Amino acid sequence: MTLRLESEAWPGHLPGQHVDVRLTAEDGYQAQRSYSIASTPAAGSLALTVEEIAGGEVSPYLSEELRSGDRLELRGPIGGYFTWTEANGGPLLLVAGGSGVAPLMSMLRYRATIGSAIPATLLYSSRAWDEIIYREELERLSADPAVRVIHTLTRSHPDGWDGYTRRVDAAMLEDAAGEPEPGRLAYVCGPTQFVENVASDLVALGYLPTWVKTERFGPTGG
Amino acid sequence: MSEIEDEVTTRLDGNAAAGLLTQVFCAEPSGAVIVCAGCGATAAIGALPAYGLELGAILRCPHCDTAVLRLGAAGATLCLDLRGAVSLRVRIGDSAS
Repeated sequence: MTLRLESEAWPGHLPGQHVDVRLTAEDGYQAQRSYSIASTPAAGSLALTVEEIAGGEVSPYLSEELRSGDRLELRGPIGGYFTWTEANGGPLLLVAGGSGVAPLMSMLRYRATIGSAIPATLLYSSRAWDEIIYREELERLSADPAVRVIHTLTRSHPDGWDGYTRRVDAAMLEDAAGEPEPGRLAYVCGPTQFVENVASDLVALGYLPTWVKTERFGPTGG
Repeated sequence: MSEIEDEVTTRLDGNAAAGLLTQVFCAEPSGAVIVCAGCGATAAIGALPAYGLELGAILRCPHCDTAVLRLGAAGATLCLDLRGAVSLRVRIGDSAS
């Protein structure tokens, strides 16, 4: 689900940054989680993509209890490492596992908003067609000939699906990544093991470690 | 789950500790470059493997595993232990780059 938040104090963000969301119970107990910002940078507003984790402390509240008009405590925008703006250059390779697509979506949306010509490829692993987040928007974004979106569906796929049906591997990355040459930048976001596998495959393909930036979701404690 | 599997799945990036670190530093912390006291390797804080985010953070050198930065959070107190680092270089100009 997507949370749209407004704050007069929000300065805008860099694509790829996150916020910490803190909830405080009536008895003073606090729980905090980090969420990537999925929206295009804009002062005064931001959108977060929240995946509900069953049994979690924060995401079930955000998904089910929170109502329009409620107030949330945010810290951010945070992070200057896993960020991309046009000044960083490209071509861009974005590799997402599940809801790890959120910060990469901010980069793609920002790229489209400013009319950047930097080529971008998104390789996006989802379990099933219905679980692809931003599916229709990604179709629209890929109307730009400089944008390529490659899906892989790891658990189930619709009849007639002719795309990838396995976990991201070196052969798939080679298809997506293009020739490893200076200037290329890769951003990888998803569960820890996914991110580490992709990062080491990219280095094996010839990407220098400094071209590969990672953001691990970890065990998604929710 | 074995200890090794557990260590892999709970490993995050230093980027995830940036929120806590912004309470200590006025400069953007995840892009800060830290030099490991164990082996001399340099890396951006945001790129370091990070552990123990529930209680603060331990950021380790990706090359020699030295704990270069430890951050303990207890109530209203944060404790920063940098004995695993030779230096920390931060940008104080444009935070966007």
